Amino acid sequence: MPVGSLFLRGLSKKVWVSSLIYLILMLLIFFSTVNAQELTPNAPSDNEVNAIAKQLYCPVCENTPLDVCPTQACSEWRELIREKLASGWDESQIKAYFVEQFGDRVLATPPARGINWLVYIIPPLAFIFGGIVLFRAFRTWKKPAEMGDKNLAQPSSDEYINRLEEELRKL
Amino acid sequence: MIADFGYGALIVTLLVSVYGIGAAFYGARKNLPAWVESARLAMLLTFPLVTISALCIIFLLVNGNYEVEYVSSVTSSSMPTYLRITALWGGQAGSLVFWSWLMALFATAVTLRNWHRDREFLPWVIVVSLVTLAFFLILIIFFENPFQKLWLFPDNQVVAGLSQPAGSVLFFPRDGQGLNPLLRHPGMIIHPPMLYLGFVSFVIPYAFAIAALITGRTDDRWIRVTRRWTLIAWLFLSLGLILGGRWAYDVLGWGGYWGWDPVEIAAFMPWLTGTAFLHSVMIQEKRGMLKHWNMVLIILTYCLVIFGTFLTRSGVLSSVHAFAQSAIGPLFFGFIGLTFITSLSLLLKRWDELKSETQMTSWLSREALFLLNNLLFMGILIVCFWGVMFPLVSEIFTGLKKTVGPPFYERATGPLWAGLLILMAIAPLAAWGHSTIKTLGRAIWKPFVLSLVGIILLIVSGIKSVPALLGFWLAFFVAAVTLQEFWRGTRARHSRSGESYPLALWRLVGRNRPRYGGYVIHIGVVLMAFGIIGIELFQHETQGTLSQGEKIQLGEYTLTYESLSIFDSNDGRNVARAVLSVEENGKYVGELFPRRDYFFESQQPMTIPGIKSTWEDDLYVILVDWQPITSQGATFKIYRNPLVNFMWLGGIIFILGTLIAAWPTKDIETVRTRERHEILVGATG
Repeated sequence: MPVGSLFLRGLSKKVWVSSLIYLILMLLIFFSTVNAQELTPNAPSDNEVNAIAKQLYCPVCENTPLDVCPTQACSEWRELIREKLASGWDESQIKAYFVEQFGDRVLATPPARGINWLVYIIPPLAFIFGGIVLFRAFRTWKKPAEMGDKNLAQPSSDEYINRLEEELRKL
Repeated sequence: MIADFGYGALIVTLLVSVYGIGAAFYGARKNLPAWVESARLAMLLTFPLVTISALCIIFLLVNGNYEVEYVSSVTSSSMPTYLRITALWGGQAGSLVFWSWLMALFATAVTLRNWHRDREFLPWVIVVSLVTLAFFLILIIFFENPFQKLWLFPDNQVVAGLSQPAGSVLFFPRDGQGLNPLLRHPGMIIHPPMLYLGFVSFVIPYAFAIAALITGRTDDRWIRVTRRWTLIAWLFLSLGLILGGRWAYDVLGWGGYWGWDPVEIAAFMPWLTGTAFLHSVMIQEKRGMLKHWNMVLIILTYCLVIFGTFLTRSGVLSSVHAFAQSAIGPLFFGFIGLTFITSLSLLLKRWDELKSETQMTSWLSREALFLLNNLLFMGILIVCFWGVMFPLVSEIFTGLKKTVGPPFYERATGPLWAGLLILMAIAPLAAWGHSTIKTLGRAIWKPFVLSLVGIILLIVSGIKSVPALLGFWLAFFVAAVTLQEFWRGTRARHSRSGESYPLALWRLVGRNRPRYGGYVIHIGVVLMAFGIIGIELFQHETQGTLSQGEKIQLGEYTLTYESLSIFDSNDGRNVARAVLSVEENGKYVGELFPRRDYFFESQQPMTIPGIKSTWEDDLYVILVDWQPITSQGATFKIYRNPLVNFMWLGGIIFILGTLIAAWPTKDIETVRTRERHEILVGATG
């Protein structure tokens, strides 16, 4: 009789049952872990955290993006971004959360609402105004003047350049 | 004793300055040359007096007199002597003394020039220079005094003051707090003096402009006299900005060179108006136009210089509260407001006398294109000024702070920079006075085609980014036009006189330095544009925590974390220094040593990147200092910055071009006299 059969026959039924339950439990745990790993997203990488942190500004330090701010507080905020990403939040949700917590100043540019419109409107308006002034001045200047264009007919004060231009024409 | 002596020298300088202002004013009004001469001598005296005061501070800094508040705040026993000397401009009070010293130096230099042809300007140049100097001296003496000592009360309270308060004794701290570690970089040691030299030199053209307005001598004499001053001011300001960028790249550890920070913008704004002014004065010199506008530009530049000095050190724009608490904030704004209103009033008084002598005749003339260039520079200035001021305005009206960060500035100024590049390509080929599409087209088609060929090559090589292609095309176009200008001139000289091409080029530039120096500056700008396009549009980055021997990949680079050593240095730092080996496409190319220095005194960390530089790119590695650093594992942030070295090369060429443009030209009469003399000597010998 093989040794194995003797060994098996020696084991009581109770041991067999408990071993089977243990095996099933282990398999259940194993598969549940695998399933859990499949369901939970991987821990967000530094690059994923920085991609969002780059767009946020440190609420404490002046003008420092969160991805490069070396303070302890910013380190914790980066970890917060990591946690939120791990919980399945997207970029806009995380940004909205930070704005809610610390105000608009965490955004790289003021959101276009209320008084903030001024920051976007004034530079183009001033530029257009400058352009109009320049255009009008041009038109005024271009009207034939009674005094004529005295300098236009005169040679340039730079004799050397005139000579050089003359040489170039001859070439 | 030394501190009291230095303080006394400052008070005497202020008194001398006030006397000089009064004497110059009285002498000019009553037409008494003796009084003006006395004022001139007073202005000359200010330089040795401020020098004494600055030397006293330097002595206290080097000697380690920590009972002086300023010395204690910016030096420590571990600092080497050269850093103790440069700590003169390491804090606000000292840097104001340094500013005053430079102002006195420039005032002296302008005093010693030959005034034979411009005698009527002298008293007013003295008044403007000394008013500026006196303002800074008042700030130092009454608000930001570097000679204040520390006094200890029985309840262990320490108070700073000039004289001993009752019941206190002089306090001798065992050591100082030391200079901010970020300011210990060579770039930061040279950067502030360059910036301040730029700021101070712009006071001189402004002083002449005001003198022209007051005296009514409104021809272009003031511009001709100050052309070189303006170029020197611009040179130093440009150098200061470039050095500041390099410092940020080397020390701040964020892989960039320009962060659109209010302090950076403060130094950039006078540069913008100064650049517009440098172009605009050419129109007045050549065509007798834009006299009002040139006055406006130099007045703006002066006000922005004062504003920039104020912002650079005080940081009061960070919040309304900081501004309100700052003793010097309202004074600065008061002074800027007063000078602005006074200058504009003088300009309005002379408005009719500043009419243009000629007419604008063509939209495509060089003067018209220069005017457009001025409009674009003003556009960038408005974006910068409003971006810096808006957070303050928002806080005043809503009580909430806002951030106006790089995306705002980049989007708002990007098209304006592109416009400037187009003008840089077209304007050198447009004629003064009159230009048509036909004449311009004839001059421009060759460089235009050449630039298109360049772009086609880039497209073939695989670049697909439209903004990058547009940027490169503009840069190629400017380069082609500028190089064509050099080629045309050199060829003309070569065919006329038979000179060899290198000699013809040398003499071409030498005979017209402002023009060809300007073209060299344009070449510098083109190279800088390459660098900016490279880093802004093609920068890649990654971050990872590696254990020893582990690898990280970025593009064609593979980096292996080899080791880390942590040790204390003998100058008060704890250094964590990593070693990474670098492979490019699988081939070993070297090692990088990023490190983090932690300064015990100031309790500040400093991140020094490891950089592998080639013309193609920089591999820029930071030992991320906010993660736990151990020999088992460390976090690295890695950037690949393409073409960034073209920016530094462009910066050097830019400065070289400015030097060429500002280089003194030999006086033709002197040359002729010398030639005659040589002929005579040859004949008799």
